[in-house]
Amino acid sequence: MENTASSNRFEIWRSFWVATWLGWQIESNWTQPFLFAIYSIIKPLAGAAILVVMYSVITQGNFNTPIFPYLYYGNAFYQYVGAIMTGVSWAVIDDREHYKTLKYMYIAPISIPAYWLGRGVARFLTGSISVLITIAFGVLFLHVPLNLATVNWPLFLVALGIGVFMLAMMGLILASITLLIAHHFFLIGEATASALFLLSGAIFPLDVLPAWLRPVGFLVPITYWLELMRRSLIGNVAQAYPTLAHFGDLQLLGILAGLTVLFAIASTFVFRFCDYRAREQSLIDRVTNY
Amino acid sequence: MNKLNPLAVMSTEKAVGWKLFWKTVIARAYPRVVGQQREKSWIFFDIFLPMLAVSAYVFVYRAIHAPEEYIGFVVVGGAMTAFWMNIMWSMSMQLYWEKEQGNLALYIMAPNSMMAILLGMALGGMLATFLRAIAIILLGSLLFHVQYAIGNFLQLIGVFLAAMTALYGLGMITASLFLLLSREADHLVQLAQEPVYLVSGFYFPIRSFNFWIAAAASIIPLTLGLDAMRQLVFPSGAALGFLNVNVELSALLVLCVIFLFGARALLGYMERLAIREGRLTESRR
Repeated sequence: MENTASSNRFEIWRSFWVATWLGWQIESNWTQPFLFAIYSIIKPLAGAAILVVMYSVITQGNFNTPIFPYLYYGNAFYQYVGAIMTGVSWAVIDDREHYKTLKYMYIAPISIPAYWLGRGVARFLTGSISVLITIAFGVLFLHVPLNLATVNWPLFLVALGIGVFMLAMMGLILASITLLIAHHFFLIGEATASALFLLSGAIFPLDVLPAWLRPVGFLVPITYWLELMRRSLIGNVAQAYPTLAHFGDLQLLGILAGLTVLFAIASTFVFRFCDYRAREQSLIDRVTNY
Repeated sequence: MNKLNPLAVMSTEKAVGWKLFWKTVIARAYPRVVGQQREKSWIFFDIFLPMLAVSAYVFVYRAIHAPEEYIGFVVVGGAMTAFWMNIMWSMSMQLYWEKEQGNLALYIMAPNSMMAILLGMALGGMLATFLRAIAIILLGSLLFHVQYAIGNFLQLIGVFLAAMTALYGLGMITASLFLLLSREADHLVQLAQEPVYLVSGFYFPIRSFNFWIAAAASIIPLTLGLDAMRQLVFPSGAALGFLNVNVELSALLVLCVIFLFGARALLGYMERLAIREGRLTESRR
Protein backbone atom coordinates (compact mmCIF):
# COMPACT_ATOMS: atom_id res chain seq x y z
CA MET A 1 0.00 0.00 0.00
CA GLU A 2 2.77 2.38 0.99
CA ASN A 3 4.73 1.31 -2.06
CA THR A 4 1.81 2.23 -4.34
CA ALA A 5 1.51 5.71 -2.81
CA SER A 6 5.24 6.24 -3.12
CA SER A 7 5.17 5.02 -6.71
CA ASN A 8 2.34 7.47 -7.53
CA ARG A 9 4.26 10.37 -6.01
CA PHE A 10 7.31 9.40 -8.04
CA GLU A 11 5.20 9.23 -11.21
CA ILE A 12 3.79 12.70 -10.57
CA TRP A 13 7.22 14.23 -9.95
CA ARG A 14 8.79 12.46 -12.91
CA SER A 15 5.95 13.62 -15.20
CA PHE A 16 6.32 17.17 -13.91
CA TRP A 17 10.10 17.43 -14.30
CA VAL A 18 10.30 15.76 -17.70
CA ALA A 19 7.47 18.00 -18.95
CA THR A 20 9.31 21.03 -17.56
CA TRP A 21 12.42 20.10 -19.50
CA LEU A 22 10.38 19.40 -22.64
CA GLY A 23 8.48 22.68 -22.31
CA TRP A 24 11.69 24.64 -21.95
CA GLN A 25 13.14 23.02 -25.07
CA ILE A 26 10.01 23.87 -27.06
CA GLU A 27 9.85 27.44 -25.77
CA SER A 28 13.49 28.36 -26.08
CA ASN A 29 15.25 26.46 -28.84
CA TRP A 30 13.19 27.65 -31.79
CA THR A 31 15.78 30.29 -32.63
CA GLN A 32 19.21 31.69 -31.80
CA PRO A 33 19.73 32.98 -28.23
CA PHE A 34 20.11 36.55 -29.51
CA LEU A 35 16.76 36.52 -31.31
CA PHE A 36 15.18 34.83 -28.31
CA ALA A 37 16.46 37.67 -26.12
CA ILE A 38 15.09 40.31 -28.54
CA TYR A 39 11.74 38.54 -28.57
CA SER A 40 11.70 38.37 -24.78
CA ILE A 41 12.34 42.12 -24.53
CA ILE A 42 10.14 43.59 -27.27
CA LYS A 43 6.85 41.88 -26.49
CA PRO A 44 6.50 42.82 -22.81
CA LEU A 45 7.85 46.32 -23.32
CA ALA A 46 5.41 46.99 -26.15
CA GLY A 47 2.53 45.84 -23.95
CA ALA A 48 3.65 48.15 -21.16
CA ALA A 49 4.32 50.99 -23.59
CA ILE A 50 0.67 50.99 -24.76
CA LEU A 51 -0.40 51.82 -21.21
CA VAL A 52 2.42 54.31 -20.71
CA VAL A 53 1.49 56.18 -23.90
CA MET A 54 -2.23 56.14 -22.98
CA TYR A 55 -1.36 57.50 -19.56
CA SER A 56 1.11 60.14 -20.74
CA VAL A 57 -1.22 61.43 -23.50
CA ILE A 58 -3.85 62.25 -20.89
CA THR A 59 -1.60 63.42 -18.03
CA GLN A 60 0.91 65.28 -20.23
CA GLY A 61 3.68 62.99 -19.00
CA ASN A 62 3.15 63.49 -15.27
CA PHE A 63 4.37 60.17 -13.87
CA ASN A 64 4.37 61.28 -10.22
CA THR A 65 0.84 60.19 -9.36
CA PRO A 66 -0.09 57.05 -7.36
CA ILE A 67 -2.10 55.65 -10.28
CA PHE A 68 0.97 55.32 -12.51
CA PRO A 69 2.98 52.85 -10.35
CA TYR A 70 -0.34 51.15 -9.56
CA LEU A 71 -1.06 50.39 -13.21
CA TYR A 72 2.58 49.83 -14.16
CA TYR A 73 3.23 47.17 -11.50
CA GLY A 74 -0.20 45.64 -12.03
CA ASN A 75 0.48 45.29 -15.75
CA ALA A 76 4.02 43.97 -15.17
CA PHE A 77 2.95 41.19 -12.78
CA TYR A 78 -0.13 40.43 -14.80
CA GLN A 79 2.18 38.99 -17.47
CA TYR A 80 2.43 35.94 -15.21
CA VAL A 81 -1.30 35.38 -15.59
CA GLY A 82 -1.19 35.08 -19.38
CA ALA A 83 2.10 33.18 -19.36
CA ILE A 84 1.16 30.50 -16.84
CA MET A 85 -2.47 29.97 -17.83
CA THR A 86 -1.59 29.90 -21.53
CA GLY A 87 1.47 27.75 -20.89
CA VAL A 88 -0.56 25.05 -19.21
CA SER A 89 -3.60 25.11 -21.51
CA TRP A 90 -1.63 25.50 -24.75
CA ALA A 91 0.10 22.18 -24.08
CA VAL A 92 -3.18 20.41 -24.89
CA ILE A 93 -3.55 22.01 -28.33
CA ASP A 94 0.15 21.70 -29.07
CA ASP A 95 0.25 18.00 -28.25
CA ARG A 96 -3.13 17.11 -29.71
CA GLU A 97 -3.22 19.05 -32.98
CA HIS A 98 0.36 20.05 -33.71
CA TYR A 99 2.66 17.27 -32.57
CA LYS A 100 -0.21 14.74 -32.43
CA THR A 101 1.30 13.19 -29.32
CA LEU A 102 -1.49 13.69 -26.79
CA LYS A 103 -2.79 10.15 -27.34
CA TYR A 104 0.71 8.79 -26.63
CA MET A 105 0.87 10.86 -23.44
CA TYR A 106 -2.43 9.32 -22.39
CA ILE A 107 -1.19 5.76 -22.84
CA ALA A 108 2.19 6.47 -21.20
CA PRO A 109 2.69 5.82 -17.45
CA ILE A 110 2.52 9.51 -16.53
CA SER A 111 0.21 11.82 -14.62
CA ILE A 112 -1.51 14.03 -17.22
CA PRO A 113 -2.22 17.03 -14.91
CA ALA A 114 1.39 16.95 -13.66
CA TYR A 115 2.60 16.79 -17.25
CA TRP A 116 0.52 19.86 -18.23
CA LEU A 117 1.69 21.78 -15.18
CA GLY A 118 5.28 20.94 -16.09
CA ARG A 119 4.74 22.27 -19.61
CA GLY A 120 3.57 25.52 -18.05
CA VAL A 121 6.80 25.99 -16.09
CA ALA A 122 8.68 27.06 -19.22
CA ARG A 123 6.21 29.88 -19.78
CA PHE A 124 6.59 30.81 -16.11
CA LEU A 125 10.35 31.16 -16.65
CA THR A 126 10.01 33.24 -19.83
CA GLY A 127 7.26 35.21 -18.10
CA SER A 128 9.64 35.94 -15.21
CA ILE A 129 12.14 37.40 -17.69
CA SER A 130 9.39 39.62 -19.13
CA VAL A 131 8.30 40.80 -15.68
CA LEU A 132 11.87 41.65 -14.68
CA ILE A 133 12.55 43.52 -17.92
CA THR A 134 9.30 45.49 -17.65
CA ILE A 135 9.97 46.53 -14.06
CA ALA A 136 13.61 47.39 -14.76
CA PHE A 137 12.56 49.55 -17.72
CA GLY A 138 9.97 51.37 -15.63
CA VAL A 139 12.37 52.01 -12.76
CA LEU A 140 15.22 53.15 -15.01
CA PHE A 141 13.35 55.26 -17.55
CA LEU A 142 9.90 56.13 -16.22
CA HIS A 143 10.66 56.89 -12.56
CA VAL A 144 8.51 54.02 -11.31
CA PRO A 145 9.25 53.98 -7.56
CA LEU A 146 11.21 51.00 -6.22
CA ASN A 147 13.60 50.93 -3.28
CA LEU A 148 15.10 47.48 -2.84
CA ALA A 149 15.98 48.25 0.78
CA THR A 150 12.36 48.92 1.74
CA VAL A 151 10.78 46.05 -0.17
CA ASN A 152 8.91 43.63 2.09
CA TRP A 153 10.75 40.55 0.78
CA PRO A 154 9.03 37.88 2.91
CA LEU A 155 5.61 39.13 1.81
CA PHE A 156 6.80 39.37 -1.79
CA LEU A 157 8.15 35.82 -1.90
CA VAL A 158 5.18 34.21 -0.10
CA ALA A 159 2.64 36.08 -2.25
CA LEU A 160 4.55 35.25 -5.44
CA GLY A 161 4.69 31.55 -4.52
CA ILE A 162 0.98 31.29 -3.69
CA GLY A 163 0.09 33.35 -6.76
CA VAL A 164 2.04 31.16 -9.15
CA PHE A 165 0.41 28.03 -7.68
CA MET A 166 -3.03 29.66 -7.96
CA LEU A 167 -2.40 30.57 -11.62
CA ALA A 168 -1.22 27.04 -12.35
CA MET A 169 -4.50 25.68 -10.94
CA MET A 170 -6.46 28.11 -13.12
CA GLY A 171 -4.35 26.97 -16.08
CA LEU A 172 -5.22 23.36 -15.26
CA ILE A 173 -8.92 24.20 -15.37
CA LEU A 174 -8.44 25.85 -18.78
CA ALA A 175 -6.39 22.92 -20.06
CA SER A 176 -9.17 20.55 -19.03
CA ILE A 177 -11.77 22.66 -20.86
CA THR A 178 -9.45 22.84 -23.88
CA LEU A 179 -9.67 19.05 -24.11
CA LEU A 180 -13.30 19.49 -25.13
CA ILE A 181 -13.00 22.33 -27.65
CA ALA A 182 -11.63 22.56 -31.17
CA HIS A 183 -8.40 24.25 -32.11
CA HIS A 184 -10.05 27.13 -33.94
CA PHE A 185 -9.93 28.95 -30.69
CA PHE A 186 -6.43 28.17 -29.60
CA LEU A 187 -5.85 31.28 -27.55
CA ILE A 188 -8.19 30.35 -24.74
CA GLY A 189 -5.51 31.04 -22.14
CA GLU A 190 -4.75 34.50 -23.46
CA ALA A 191 -8.41 35.33 -23.94
CA THR A 192 -9.27 34.33 -20.40
CA ALA A 193 -6.29 36.30 -19.15
CA SER A 194 -7.59 39.32 -21.08
CA ALA A 195 -10.97 38.94 -19.44
CA LEU A 196 -9.48 38.72 -15.96
CA PHE A 197 -7.40 41.79 -16.79
CA LEU A 198 -10.64 43.73 -16.50
CA LEU A 199 -12.05 42.04 -13.43
CA SER A 200 -8.93 41.92 -11.27
CA GLY A 201 -8.22 45.64 -11.29
CA ALA A 202 -4.77 44.99 -12.68
CA ILE A 203 -4.40 48.39 -14.31
CA PHE A 204 -7.04 50.45 -12.53
CA PRO A 205 -8.58 50.40 -9.06
CA LEU A 206 -11.71 48.23 -8.79
CA ASP A 207 -13.69 51.33 -7.74
CA VAL A 208 -13.63 52.45 -11.36
CA LEU A 209 -15.72 49.40 -12.34
CA PRO A 210 -19.52 49.74 -12.35
CA ALA A 211 -20.93 48.86 -8.93
CA TRP A 212 -22.63 45.68 -10.23
CA LEU A 213 -19.35 44.33 -11.61
CA ARG A 214 -17.18 45.05 -8.57
CA PRO A 215 -18.27 41.97 -6.56
CA VAL A 216 -16.99 39.75 -9.38
CA GLY A 217 -13.60 41.41 -9.01
CA PHE A 218 -13.58 40.49 -5.33
CA LEU A 219 -14.11 36.83 -6.23
CA VAL A 220 -11.05 36.75 -8.49
CA PRO A 221 -7.95 35.68 -6.53
CA ILE A 222 -5.71 37.65 -8.91
CA THR A 223 -7.16 40.86 -7.41
CA TYR A 224 -5.67 40.03 -3.99
CA TRP A 225 -2.47 38.66 -5.44
CA LEU A 226 -1.72 41.84 -7.43
CA GLU A 227 -2.52 43.99 -4.40
CA LEU A 228 -0.07 41.98 -2.31
CA MET A 229 2.63 42.24 -4.98
CA ARG A 230 2.20 46.02 -5.11
CA ARG A 231 2.14 46.38 -1.33
CA SER A 232 5.27 44.31 -0.92
CA LEU A 233 7.15 46.45 -3.43
CA ILE A 234 5.84 49.98 -2.92
CA GLY A 235 3.83 49.85 0.30
CA ASN A 236 1.84 53.01 0.83
CA VAL A 237 1.42 53.92 -2.82
CA ALA A 238 -0.56 50.73 -3.36
CA GLN A 239 -2.76 51.57 -0.39
CA ALA A 240 -3.72 54.95 -1.81
CA TYR A 241 -6.94 53.47 -3.19
CA PRO A 242 -9.81 52.53 -0.89
CA THR A 243 -10.77 49.25 -2.64
CA LEU A 244 -8.69 46.91 -0.49
CA ALA A 245 -7.21 49.45 1.92
CA HIS A 246 -9.20 48.14 4.89
CA PHE A 247 -7.56 44.71 4.58
CA GLY A 248 -4.24 44.06 6.30
CA ASP A 249 -1.45 42.16 4.52
CA LEU A 250 -2.13 38.97 6.48
CA GLN A 251 -5.84 39.18 5.75
CA LEU A 252 -5.12 39.52 2.05
CA LEU A 253 -2.73 36.56 2.24
CA GLY A 254 -5.41 34.51 3.97
CA ILE A 255 -8.02 35.35 1.31
CA LEU A 256 -5.55 34.54 -1.46
CA ALA A 257 -4.61 31.22 0.14
CA GLY A 258 -8.27 30.31 0.67
CA LEU A 259 -9.24 31.07 -2.93
CA THR A 260 -6.17 29.17 -4.15
CA VAL A 261 -7.28 26.07 -2.25
CA LEU A 262 -10.76 26.44 -3.75
CA PHE A 263 -9.33 26.64 -7.26
CA ALA A 264 -7.09 23.64 -6.60
CA ILE A 265 -10.11 21.57 -5.55
CA ALA A 266 -12.14 22.87 -8.50
CA SER A 267 -9.33 22.02 -10.93
CA THR A 268 -9.38 18.39 -9.75
CA PHE A 269 -13.08 18.04 -10.40
CA VAL A 270 -13.00 19.94 -13.70
CA PHE A 271 -10.13 17.78 -14.93
CA ARG A 272 -11.93 14.55 -14.01
CA PHE A 273 -15.12 15.69 -15.73
CA CYS A 274 -13.43 16.96 -18.93
CA ASP A 275 -11.11 13.97 -19.09
CA TYR A 276 -14.09 11.62 -18.86
CA ARG A 277 -16.03 13.55 -21.55
CA ALA A 278 -13.01 13.72 -23.87
CA ARG A 279 -12.50 9.95 -23.64
CA GLU A 280 -16.21 9.29 -24.12
CA GLN A 281 -16.41 11.53 -27.19
CA SER A 282 -13.08 10.39 -28.71
CA LEU A 283 -11.59 13.89 -28.53
CA ILE A 284 -8.12 12.94 -27.32
CA ASP A 285 -6.67 12.61 -30.84
CA ARG A 286 -8.93 15.11 -32.63
CA VAL A 287 -7.41 17.36 -35.30
CA THR A 288 -9.51 20.36 -36.36
CA ASN A 289 -7.30 22.16 -38.81
CA TYR A 290 -9.74 24.40 -40.57
CA MET B 1 -28.75 6.46 -74.29
CA ASN B 2 -28.19 8.07 -70.90
CA LYS B 3 -28.67 11.80 -70.80
CA LEU B 4 -25.81 13.65 -69.20
CA ASN B 5 -26.66 15.83 -66.22
CA PRO B 6 -25.77 19.39 -67.28
CA LEU B 7 -24.66 20.25 -63.71
CA ALA B 8 -22.31 17.28 -63.67
CA VAL B 9 -20.87 18.39 -67.00
CA MET B 10 -20.35 21.89 -65.62
CA SER B 11 -18.65 20.63 -62.50
CA THR B 12 -16.16 18.55 -64.47
CA GLU B 13 -15.45 21.37 -66.88
CA LYS B 14 -11.91 22.61 -66.39
CA ALA B 15 -11.87 25.98 -64.70
CA VAL B 16 -9.23 28.44 -65.75
CA GLY B 17 -8.38 32.08 -65.17
CA TRP B 18 -10.67 34.07 -62.91
CA LYS B 19 -13.14 31.20 -62.69
CA LEU B 20 -10.44 28.97 -61.24
CA PHE B 21 -9.37 31.78 -58.93
CA TRP B 22 -12.85 32.21 -57.44
CA LYS B 23 -13.52 28.48 -57.27
CA THR B 24 -10.30 28.15 -55.27
CA VAL B 25 -11.33 30.99 -52.97
CA ILE B 26 -14.69 29.34 -52.30
CA ALA B 27 -13.16 25.89 -51.90
CA ARG B 28 -10.72 27.12 -49.23
CA ALA B 29 -13.28 29.27 -47.46
CA TYR B 30 -15.86 26.47 -47.31
CA PRO B 31 -14.25 24.17 -44.71
CA ARG B 32 -13.55 27.10 -42.44
CA VAL B 33 -17.15 28.36 -42.56
CA VAL B 34 -18.60 24.87 -42.17
CA GLY B 35 -16.14 24.00 -39.42
CA GLN B 36 -17.24 27.01 -37.43
CA GLN B 37 -20.84 25.87 -37.61
CA ARG B 38 -19.94 22.50 -36.15
CA GLU B 39 -18.66 23.89 -32.92
CA LYS B 40 -19.88 27.24 -31.79
CA SER B 41 -17.73 27.70 -28.69
CA TRP B 42 -15.69 30.27 -30.65
CA ILE B 43 -18.59 32.72 -30.48
CA PHE B 44 -18.08 33.06 -26.73
CA PHE B 45 -14.30 33.06 -26.76
CA ASP B 46 -13.93 35.23 -29.84
CA ILE B 47 -16.48 37.91 -29.01
CA PHE B 48 -17.19 38.10 -25.32
CA LEU B 49 -13.66 37.78 -23.99
CA PRO B 50 -12.03 40.38 -26.32
CA MET B 51 -14.82 42.77 -25.34
CA LEU B 52 -13.70 42.46 -21.74
CA ALA B 53 -10.12 43.30 -22.74
CA VAL B 54 -11.33 46.40 -24.58
CA SER B 55 -13.31 47.36 -21.48
CA ALA B 56 -10.13 47.20 -19.41
CA TYR B 57 -8.52 49.88 -21.56
CA VAL B 58 -11.70 51.97 -21.34
CA PHE B 59 -11.54 51.82 -17.54
CA VAL B 60 -7.88 52.89 -17.61
CA TYR B 61 -8.97 56.06 -19.39
CA ARG B 62 -11.79 56.48 -16.89
CA ALA B 63 -9.34 56.04 -13.99
CA ILE B 64 -7.12 58.82 -15.30
CA HIS B 65 -10.11 61.04 -16.17
CA ALA B 66 -9.52 61.12 -19.93
CA PRO B 67 -11.92 63.02 -22.22
CA GLU B 68 -14.85 60.85 -23.39
CA GLU B 69 -13.73 60.68 -27.05
CA TYR B 70 -10.78 58.52 -25.97
CA ILE B 71 -13.30 55.88 -24.86
CA GLY B 72 -14.62 55.81 -28.42
CA PHE B 73 -11.06 55.57 -29.75
CA VAL B 74 -10.51 52.42 -27.66
CA VAL B 75 -13.77 50.82 -28.82
CA VAL B 76 -13.02 51.40 -32.51
CA GLY B 77 -9.38 50.34 -32.05
CA GLY B 78 -10.46 47.22 -30.18
CA ALA B 79 -12.82 46.29 -33.00
CA MET B 80 -10.07 46.67 -35.58
CA THR B 81 -7.78 44.28 -33.70
CA ALA B 82 -10.08 41.53 -35.03
CA PHE B 83 -8.85 42.16 -38.57
CA TRP B 84 -5.20 42.20 -37.58
CA MET B 85 -5.69 38.93 -35.67
CA ASN B 86 -7.42 37.46 -38.71
CA ILE B 87 -4.56 38.11 -41.09
CA MET B 88 -1.90 37.04 -38.61
CA TRP B 89 -3.52 33.90 -37.17
CA SER B 90 -5.89 32.82 -39.93
CA MET B 91 -3.73 33.58 -42.94
CA SER B 92 -0.04 33.81 -42.12
CA MET B 93 0.12 31.38 -39.24
CA GLN B 94 -2.33 29.06 -40.98
CA LEU B 95 0.22 28.42 -43.74
CA TYR B 96 2.61 27.06 -41.12
CA TRP B 97 -0.13 24.82 -39.73
CA GLU B 98 -0.99 23.66 -43.26
CA LYS B 99 2.66 22.79 -43.76
CA GLU B 100 2.67 20.79 -40.55
CA GLN B 101 -0.51 18.98 -41.63
CA GLY B 102 0.88 18.21 -45.08
CA ASN B 103 -1.65 20.35 -46.96
CA LEU B 104 0.79 23.03 -48.10
CA ALA B 105 2.47 20.73 -50.60
CA LEU B 106 -0.98 19.94 -52.05
CA TYR B 107 -1.73 23.65 -52.46
CA ILE B 108 1.51 24.15 -54.34
CA MET B 109 0.97 21.10 -56.54
CA ALA B 110 -2.58 22.05 -57.48
CA PRO B 111 -3.01 24.30 -60.55
CA ASN B 112 -4.38 27.23 -58.57
CA SER B 113 -3.22 30.60 -57.34
CA MET B 114 -1.73 30.82 -53.87
CA MET B 115 -3.35 34.25 -53.55
CA ALA B 116 -6.72 32.58 -54.05
CA ILE B 117 -5.93 30.10 -51.26
CA LEU B 118 -4.99 32.93 -48.92
CA LEU B 119 -8.04 34.96 -49.89
CA GLY B 120 -10.20 31.90 -49.22
CA MET B 121 -8.67 31.53 -45.77
CA ALA B 122 -9.31 35.20 -45.07
CA LEU B 123 -12.89 35.17 -46.34
CA GLY B 124 -13.62 31.94 -44.48
CA GLY B 125 -12.48 33.57 -41.28
CA MET B 126 -14.35 36.77 -42.09
CA LEU B 127 -17.56 35.55 -40.47
CA ALA B 128 -15.88 35.36 -37.08
CA THR B 129 -13.84 38.49 -37.71
CA PHE B 130 -16.80 40.67 -38.66
CA LEU B 131 -18.91 39.26 -35.87
CA ARG B 132 -16.15 40.06 -33.38
CA ALA B 133 -15.60 43.57 -34.73
CA ILE B 134 -19.30 44.40 -34.89
CA ALA B 135 -19.94 42.95 -31.42
CA ILE B 136 -17.17 45.10 -29.94
CA ILE B 137 -18.50 48.22 -31.67
CA LEU B 138 -22.11 47.57 -30.64
CA LEU B 139 -21.47 46.40 -27.09
CA GLY B 140 -18.75 48.98 -26.52
CA SER B 141 -20.92 51.80 -27.82
CA LEU B 142 -23.91 50.73 -25.72
CA LEU B 143 -21.99 50.05 -22.52
CA PHE B 144 -19.80 53.12 -22.62
CA HIS B 145 -22.23 55.53 -24.30
CA VAL B 146 -19.93 56.30 -27.22
CA GLN B 147 -21.25 59.13 -29.37
CA TYR B 148 -20.65 59.01 -33.12
CA ALA B 149 -21.08 61.84 -35.61
CA ILE B 150 -20.55 60.45 -39.10
CA GLY B 151 -20.15 63.32 -41.53
CA ASN B 152 -19.31 61.56 -44.76
CA PHE B 153 -20.55 57.96 -44.85
CA LEU B 154 -19.25 57.26 -48.35
CA GLN B 155 -15.79 58.41 -47.42
CA LEU B 156 -15.94 56.22 -44.31
CA ILE B 157 -16.83 53.16 -46.41
CA GLY B 158 -14.06 54.07 -48.85
CA VAL B 159 -11.48 54.35 -46.08
CA PHE B 160 -12.57 51.04 -44.55
CA LEU B 161 -12.45 49.17 -47.87
CA ALA B 162 -9.09 50.68 -48.81
CA ALA B 163 -7.66 49.83 -45.39
CA MET B 164 -8.97 46.26 -45.60
CA THR B 165 -7.66 45.74 -49.13
CA ALA B 166 -4.22 47.03 -48.20
CA LEU B 167 -4.28 45.06 -44.95
CA TYR B 168 -5.08 41.77 -46.65
CA GLY B 169 -2.41 42.53 -49.25
CA LEU B 170 0.03 42.98 -46.39
CA GLY B 171 -1.31 39.76 -44.88
CA MET B 172 -0.47 37.91 -48.09
CA ILE B 173 3.03 39.35 -48.03
CA THR B 174 3.59 38.19 -44.45
CA ALA B 175 2.02 34.83 -45.33
CA SER B 176 4.63 34.39 -48.06
CA LEU B 177 7.35 34.76 -45.42
CA PHE B 178 5.68 31.97 -43.46
CA LEU B 179 6.35 29.61 -46.37
CA LEU B 180 9.94 29.60 -45.17
CA LEU B 181 9.25 29.53 -41.46
CA SER B 182 8.97 26.61 -39.14
CA ARG B 183 8.54 26.56 -35.37
CA GLU B 184 9.46 30.23 -35.12
CA ALA B 185 6.17 31.10 -36.90
CA ASP B 186 4.14 30.91 -33.71
CA HIS B 187 6.52 33.20 -31.85
CA LEU B 188 6.68 35.72 -34.68
CA VAL B 189 2.90 35.97 -34.80
CA GLN B 190 2.88 36.52 -31.05
CA LEU B 191 5.50 39.21 -31.54
CA ALA B 192 3.35 40.94 -34.16
CA GLN B 193 0.60 41.78 -31.68
CA GLU B 194 1.46 44.23 -28.90
CA PRO B 195 4.16 46.08 -30.90
CA VAL B 196 1.68 46.58 -33.76
CA TYR B 197 -1.09 47.65 -31.38
CA LEU B 198 1.40 50.16 -29.99
CA VAL B 199 2.79 51.69 -33.19
CA SER B 200 -0.57 51.68 -35.00
CA GLY B 201 -2.29 53.53 -32.17
CA PHE B 202 -5.06 51.00 -31.56
CA TYR B 203 -5.87 52.53 -28.18
CA PHE B 204 -4.77 56.15 -28.57
CA PRO B 205 -4.43 58.68 -31.41
CA ILE B 206 -1.35 58.01 -33.54
CA ARG B 207 -0.72 61.75 -33.45
CA SER B 208 0.57 61.23 -29.89
CA PHE B 209 3.80 60.03 -31.50
CA ASN B 210 6.45 62.11 -33.19
CA PHE B 211 5.55 62.81 -36.87
CA TRP B 212 8.24 60.54 -38.28
CA ILE B 213 7.35 57.63 -35.99
CA ALA B 214 3.70 57.98 -37.01
CA ALA B 215 4.71 58.22 -40.66
CA ALA B 216 6.84 55.08 -40.38
CA ALA B 217 3.99 53.25 -38.61
CA SER B 218 1.74 54.15 -41.54
CA ILE B 219 3.28 51.29 -43.50
CA ILE B 220 0.76 49.17 -41.55
CA PRO B 221 -2.54 50.03 -43.27
CA LEU B 222 -4.52 49.92 -40.03
CA THR B 223 -2.56 52.92 -38.74
CA LEU B 224 -3.92 55.30 -41.37
CA GLY B 225 -7.21 53.43 -41.67
CA LEU B 226 -7.93 53.73 -37.96
CA ASP B 227 -6.86 57.36 -37.82
CA ALA B 228 -9.03 58.30 -40.80
CA MET B 229 -12.04 56.37 -39.47
CA ARG B 230 -11.73 58.04 -36.07
CA GLN B 231 -11.62 61.43 -37.78
CA LEU B 232 -14.76 60.56 -39.71
CA VAL B 233 -16.85 59.11 -36.88
CA PHE B 234 -15.99 61.24 -33.84
CA PRO B 235 -16.82 64.93 -33.47
CA SER B 236 -13.35 65.77 -32.14
CA GLY B 237 -11.61 63.16 -34.29
CA ALA B 238 -10.25 65.65 -36.80
CA ALA B 239 -8.56 67.67 -34.06
CA LEU B 240 -6.72 64.55 -32.90
CA GLY B 241 -6.04 63.21 -36.40
CA PHE B 242 -2.58 62.61 -37.85
CA LEU B 243 -3.12 63.79 -41.46
CA ASN B 244 -6.04 65.07 -43.51
CA VAL B 245 -8.50 62.23 -44.32
CA ASN B 246 -8.08 62.70 -48.08
CA VAL B 247 -4.32 62.39 -47.74
CA GLU B 248 -4.71 59.26 -45.63
CA LEU B 249 -7.17 57.75 -48.11
CA SER B 250 -4.79 58.45 -50.99
CA ALA B 251 -1.92 56.87 -49.06
CA LEU B 252 -4.09 53.82 -48.36
CA LEU B 253 -4.88 53.45 -52.06
CA VAL B 254 -1.17 53.58 -52.85
CA LEU B 255 -0.56 50.92 -50.19
CA CYS B 256 -3.30 48.76 -51.76
CA VAL B 257 -1.49 48.76 -55.10
CA ILE B 258 1.96 48.22 -53.57
CA PHE B 259 0.87 45.41 -51.25
CA LEU B 260 -1.29 43.53 -53.76
CA PHE B 261 1.35 43.57 -56.50
CA GLY B 262 4.06 42.98 -53.90
CA ALA B 263 2.14 40.00 -52.52
CA ARG B 264 1.80 38.46 -55.97
CA ALA B 265 5.50 38.87 -56.71
CA LEU B 266 6.68 37.82 -53.26
CA LEU B 267 4.41 34.77 -53.07
CA GLY B 268 5.81 33.55 -56.39
CA TYR B 269 9.39 34.23 -55.31
CA MET B 270 8.98 32.67 -51.87
CA GLU B 271 7.26 29.64 -53.34
CA ARG B 272 10.18 29.06 -55.71
CA LEU B 273 12.67 29.66 -52.90
CA ALA B 274 10.83 27.31 -50.57
CA ILE B 275 10.74 24.63 -53.28
CA ARG B 276 14.45 25.09 -54.00
CA GLU B 277 15.39 24.89 -50.32
CA GLY B 278 13.00 22.05 -49.59
CA ARG B 279 11.06 24.01 -46.96
CA LEU B 280 7.55 23.17 -48.14
CA THR B 281 7.40 19.79 -46.48
CA GLU B 282 9.95 20.26 -43.73
CA SER B 283 8.79 19.85 -40.18
CA ARG B 284 11.37 21.05 -37.69
CA ARG B 285 9.81 20.20 -34.37
